[in-house]
Amino acid sequence: MKILGISGSLRQTSHNTQLLRVAADLLPPGTELEIFDGLDEVPPFNEDDERTPPPGVVRLKDAIAAADAVLIATPEYNHSIPGVLKNAFDWVSRPIADNPMRGKPALVIGASTGMFGAVWAQAETRKVLGALGARVLDEELPVAKAPEGLDDHELLAQLADLLGDLVSSGEALMRAA
Amino acid sequence: MSVATAVPNGTWTVDPVHSSIGFEVEHMVSTFRGRFEDYDAQLVDGKLIGTVAVPSVKVYDENLEAHLQSPDFFDAQLHPELRFESRELAIDEDGSVTLEGELTIKGVTRPVTAHGRYVHVEADLGGGERIGLALETTVDRRDFGLEWNAPLPKGGFVLGNDVALKVALELVRA
Repeated sequence: MKILGISGSLRQTSHNTQLLRVAADLLPPGTELEIFDGLDEVPPFNEDDERTPPPGVVRLKDAIAAADAVLIATPEYNHSIPGVLKNAFDWVSRPIADNPMRGKPALVIGASTGMFGAVWAQAETRKVLGALGARVLDEELPVAKAPEGLDDHELLAQLADLLGDLVSSGEALMRAA
Repeated sequence: MSVATAVPNGTWTVDPVHSSIGFEVEHMVSTFRGRFEDYDAQLVDGKLIGTVAVPSVKVYDENLEAHLQSPDFFDAQLHPELRFESRELAIDEDGSVTLEGELTIKGVTRPVTAHGRYVHVEADLGGGERIGLALETTVDRRDFGLEWNAPLPKGGFVLGNDVALKVALELVRA
């Protein structure tokens, strides 16, 4: 099974990109995680171009379509979802009927340097993915006090469980296909 | 044309061109209708077995069709087929019928009772024997896990929960 990881932060030393790398090491055997590295090539959404999207958008949509499940790690900016992530999903969502997130298993996790672990951004990302018709796991993983928080053993065990749920969701679809 | 009370024996297969399988549900202020294009039905010794391909759902908007196939409604990826399997057809003298059976939607199987009409034609234009079955039942979609709804700004919801299933079958002797 192939999982696509998308970090909501473009920062070179992003804690959320690091969280995806941590997740990659916790996946069950037979599962691989590819971290998408082209979010900075996705221009501002313009509905005029939704049927002929720019190359950066095509790359993102193709990567999602090729994955069996999607793992989002998002920071929280001003109590909400980062603009780059929301912008990317706005592109992905169009045209609505055949957008590649439709029916796709998705798990949202997030890290912050503060106390709350991007919990609001995670909730809003789940809401957005739900609007795209994704099969969003009703779970969250607030990783507080990054980067030290990424070493918390209890949290890593919780992350491993959630990744197991994501893989199960993907496997159920593969069996049904 | 004659109306029979005897349950037709043998195997009868559906004429898909002259049959239809649809549903109706209240949408705010009116009735919303949809249908399924791909289906199969057989009447075997008075028992009806029908299957419907969820991805063939048709309404007037492709985005709505995609939404109907999503986990909010039928979840066609995991549950691509609807199924109905009946007990023996009961036909009254006036042609009205009662059909009890098990309906499976989204992996949930529940008993339903459909009512309708039975008509028998001894010879159609090609000389073949033909029967008609018009059936209708109403289910609460939430019983089958089709839970989606949206609240209206001043109270109430967009979508009704009772869904009328309407089936019109023309069956020819196999």
